[in-house]
Amino acid sequence: MPVISYIDAVKMALREEMERDRNVFILGEDVGKKGGVFKATEGLYEQFGEERVLDTPLAESAIAGVAIGAAMVGKRPVAEMQFADFIMPAVNQIISEAARIRYRSNNDWSCPLVVRAPYGGGIHGALYHSQSVEAVFANQPGLKIVMPSTPYDVKGLLKAAIRDEDPVLFFEHKKAYRSIKGDVPEADYVLPIGKADVKRKGTDITVITYGLCVHFALGAAEKLAAEGIETEVVDLRTVYPLDKQAIIESASKTGKVLLITEDNKEGSIISEVAAIIAEHCLFDLDAPIQRLAGPDVPAMPYALPMEKYFMMNPEKVEKAMRELAEF
Amino acid sequence: MAIHHMKMPKLGESVTEGTITKWLVGPGDFVNKYDPIAEVLTDKVTADIPSSFTGVIKEIFAKEDETMAVDEIICTIETEEEAKEVEEKQKYDTITGNNEINKENRQRYSPAVLKLSQLHAIDLAKLKGTGKGGRITRKDVQAVIDKKLTPAEAYKQPEIQENKQKQTNSKELIIPVDGIRQAIAANMVKTKQEVPHAWMMIEADVTNLVRYRDSIKSSFKKAEGYNITYFSFFVKAVARALKEFPEMNAMWAGDHIVQKKEINISIAVAAGDKLFVPVIKNTDEKSIKGIAREIKGLAEKARSGNLRMEDVSGGTFTVNNTGSFGSIQSMGIINYPQAAILQVESIVKRPVIIDGMIAVRDMVNLCLSLDHRVLDGLICGRFMQRVKELVETASEETMSIY
Repeated sequence: MPVISYIDAVKMALREEMERDRNVFILGEDVGKKGGVFKATEGLYEQFGEERVLDTPLAESAIAGVAIGAAMVGKRPVAEMQFADFIMPAVNQIISEAARIRYRSNNDWSCPLVVRAPYGGGIHGALYHSQSVEAVFANQPGLKIVMPSTPYDVKGLLKAAIRDEDPVLFFEHKKAYRSIKGDVPEADYVLPIGKADVKRKGTDITVITYGLCVHFALGAAEKLAAEGIETEVVDLRTVYPLDKQAIIESASKTGKVLLITEDNKEGSIISEVAAIIAEHCLFDLDAPIQRLAGPDVPAMPYALPMEKYFMMNPEKVEKAMRELAEF
Repeated sequence: MAIHHMKMPKLGESVTEGTITKWLVGPGDFVNKYDPIAEVLTDKVTADIPSSFTGVIKEIFAKEDETMAVDEIICTIETEEEAKEVEEKQKYDTITGNNEINKENRQRYSPAVLKLSQLHAIDLAKLKGTGKGGRITRKDVQAVIDKKLTPAEAYKQPEIQENKQKQTNSKELIIPVDGIRQAIAANMVKTKQEVPHAWMMIEADVTNLVRYRDSIKSSFKKAEGYNITYFSFFVKAVARALKEFPEMNAMWAGDHIVQKKEINISIAVAAGDKLFVPVIKNTDEKSIKGIAREIKGLAEKARSGNLRMEDVSGGTFTVNNTGSFGSIQSMGIINYPQAAILQVESIVKRPVIIDGMIAVRDMVNLCLSLDHRVLDGLICGRFMQRVKELVETASEETMSIY
């Protein structure tokens, strides 16, 4: 199995899906000739031509709107928001239109649309290039939000997203793009949307997280294992709707749960995970549910020490895990 | 004068490595701050690396066309300024924000602890807590339930150990069987009943091996601090032979046979009245010294009761050192679900006829128990022949220690 980077897995999935289905096309800012600012769509313009890899104006509302229209008449658009931070002008289109179409038309219409966007900090990107925006969309039934952590999951889930009959937001951690590498089969495969994945089995504490933080947790788990503390790491993969069964099973198993996100703490994805555990697992809990998250300030700051303070990192994760294990 | 390190710069967000395609300077060259010193290629850009210092290039570490991670040192530059130590202290505060734990936590029970204790009628007041501030954790309660002990017993376990051997009458001694002994018993019964065992034995002339080992014994002990045993050589020989006969490194799985690609040799270690089979992972990739060290480490862990789950799982073939207690022939029970177990017996001096003359040679019996569903005599015979050949020809050239 070849070892490839996270971003190459994105590219691989896009190319294979475009080769498989003529209805799949890409649109976004600089996705064509330039191949995307992160080079996620590099070479696709040359291979599939300007009619299937569209450079759009700097108007996210239009990117989403055009994609929604195309999806409704049978196309399979993959819209790229250059940075997740730029998705805000398109929120009305995504929430009021894409998410509602099936419901509003009594199942006559659907909107098989994928919106891809790089999110996350730690790359010295400041306010408008570092944000996590998943919480904005995570209480809109009709939407699905996928946030993979490994190249293997990226390929399988992006393919599943493109083949899904309903709108899927696909958020890729931009710091993972080149720093995370892994085995990715050349074969065609899809992974189920809505299913979490236990990335490591353990009996002492459970860590539930997603995206880049999965790797911080796995690294810390190895260190703690040397001290005899066995950590179970659950990668949510799909953050909306949540895989309740996997969350309940793992939380009940250890009774000690740490939830991690790099997003602001209040009202985040993990707040909902905490609520699910509180509702279903009270009599299996052996410690208060712990949340480790970014501070409740507006966005990732620019200054390096400030960014470090805001951003999740392996040290913070390890400390929180150890404290919970010792409780 | 001070030496400064030039590091691979971060040439764009999300870039983690770069390749120096060309050095523009060499050792001894004088550079001004911001002068380009090398050309670098990343998957996003090609750019010049500017010098961060004014001074003379001392040493170049990064070769051309070598890929370096961001922040790796590519060269050093000597500058005029005074040397000063820069120590970066990074301090992180976690943002968990709570965890102000009461010092006296003994009496505060979590829902899980309360539920379990009520379900199994356990008196928490008698339990000892291992959590923060002496808190009784779910695991503490679970441990009592798993051992099926009453809390009182759990609290004074050491005494129970001492009282283990109860005298019922003067003629018999009743020895209670603990969990590990039970598990060993169940495993043995299952294996012996389910697996059709076949058995074979060959003898090998290991005079050369004995000579070889004796010649390095004291120097090895001096250099490494522990003994080099014969057993390590046998384990190495078996690992090599397994590589050539992957059929042996297999297990029965009902309707098919699973051949394992990794060669993980289990070794039997007795510790008191218990038997453990810890595993030397990827034995074929280790040197004799590596194997010797691992055997020592695993045996110590087994004897001190510190074996972990990963130490005992994943074995694909077992080698048993029955010779260590003088046995010269034994029929091992296979270590389920593996396909075979090889017993290394005592090395004894025996008269042997070579070329019509009687010689005194160091002989050893090697006994193999095999799962006849997976293996047949032919393949096992060839395998044993190969092991024999390897141990008989063991020398510094064929089986180097390092």
